[in-house]
Amino acid sequence: MSVIIRVPTQLRQLTAGTGEITVEASTVGEALHALEASYPGFGERIFDEAGALRRFVNVFLADEDVRFLEGLATPVADGVTISIVPAVAGG
Amino acid sequence: MTTVLGLRCRECSRLFPDEALHVCDFCFGPLEVNYDYDAIAALTTRASIAQGPRSIWRYANLLPVADENPVSLGAGFTPLVRAERLGAELGLKDLWIKDDTANPTGSFKDRVVSVALTKARQLGFKVAACASTGNLANSVAAHAARAGMSSMVLIPSNLEQAKILMTTVYGGEVIAVDGTYDDVNRLCAELTSERPSWAFVNVNVRSYYAEGSKTLAFEIAEQLGWQAPDHVVVPIASGSQLTKIAKGFKELSLVGLLDGEPSVRISGAQAKGCSPVATAFEKNIDAIAPVKPDTIAKSLAIGNPADGYYALDAIRTSGGSCGSVSDDEIIEGIKLLARTEGIFAETAGGVTIATLASLAQRGIIKPDERTVAIVSGHGLKTVEALAGHTAPTHIIAPTLDAFDKAVGFSDPNFQ
Repeated sequence: MSVIIRVPTQLRQLTAGTGEITVEASTVGEALHALEASYPGFGERIFDEAGALRRFVNVFLADEDVRFLEGLATPVADGVTISIVPAVAGG
Repeated sequence: MTTVLGLRCRECSRLFPDEALHVCDFCFGPLEVNYDYDAIAALTTRASIAQGPRSIWRYANLLPVADENPVSLGAGFTPLVRAERLGAELGLKDLWIKDDTANPTGSFKDRVVSVALTKARQLGFKVAACASTGNLANSVAAHAARAGMSSMVLIPSNLEQAKILMTTVYGGEVIAVDGTYDDVNRLCAELTSERPSWAFVNVNVRSYYAEGSKTLAFEIAEQLGWQAPDHVVVPIASGSQLTKIAKGFKELSLVGLLDGEPSVRISGAQAKGCSPVATAFEKNIDAIAPVKPDTIAKSLAIGNPADGYYALDAIRTSGGSCGSVSDDEIIEGIKLLARTEGIFAETAGGVTIATLASLAQRGIIKPDERTVAIVSGHGLKTVEALAGHTAPTHIIAPTLDAFDKAVGFSDPNFQ
């Protein structure tokens, strides 16, 4: 599946300023790892040592936080948007 | 003079400049203001504070921006009132209410917004923006008007009527979003990347904004004669207010304004319909699972609290507790505070008072502890919540006869 990943300002230094990257993947986790393959440095920023999402990283599939879905194992459909969003906001 | 050295990631300690940054670009941890506490201690005494304005700006040395003429409607220095009648009902002998309903737009948010917009103006921003459950919307719209800034306020569309009117009246842009607060917050977090010239008070200037809540601790200590209380009960939405109150007491000690190191138990209050922090506390786990909120306490309806981890840590390390209360208990809490102390709180205040009652009943708050409950917003903002729960005691024709039949003339309370 071809999916679009939206990249927040804090990580655009890794993408030469680009805010949207298209990758091939069948799950949310695969998509994020595909991003690391193309733009080294993403992995250590969004995953902790155990390979889980860092606690201040939120990932949304379309409008839903993946923690309400199946996390990194959530399947993705062709053409969907995945957003990486810093958790520290609001309140 | 400024006492700010820069920003530091709370998670990985990387250092950043004193700019509109809120998140570490390595680990996504929150950035905290890094102060020169020796300089603050040298500049600041109880007497120098007493000579300052009767607002949060009397503590300017402990805030992240120095400005002779801050963006201010007069936030802070709200009453700390001894609550003897409420205390008697709850079995607490030394209970106090920090009445933040008395702020200019009726909530504690005026503290954080005054700091945020003063800093934003200094950093060159012309637009004040925010994601809000209502109280922040009111405050950003009002302070932006005061400062001559444009405002862009995003709120969930289902907010209480008063909170919407108290935002739109100031004439800025108000965007009602068809979604929950967490949806609005996520949108603003993404908008911040696309609109870097806007100061989102609780996103890109959040590191500074959040510092404003420390003034609650500063005022409580000063109003108690420069003594920290034993226990503070604080409502939790994002968890920022609670975290910063804990920090405020520590800083007062650090710069020599308190005698010795205070030991303040900090307890949190949530609504049962949105209790991610209370749930983690009760289960004795570190992970905070996000929830979909369903409560009348809309100002606390944040299902994915940004500072939840730190609030939980502040509660645990201080020996505090965290409770959650039902919507019915929230209503009873509002009515109890109004009946006993003459203070009309919004639903968040009902959460605080109901949790206070529960913690007292369970023996978690000891009868002799000097306890302060934070009442963070005014009841006029959430009158819908009381519909059907309070009403005139009698409805009569305008005659003495009707009055006598309805009320009589023998009630001992009215002799």
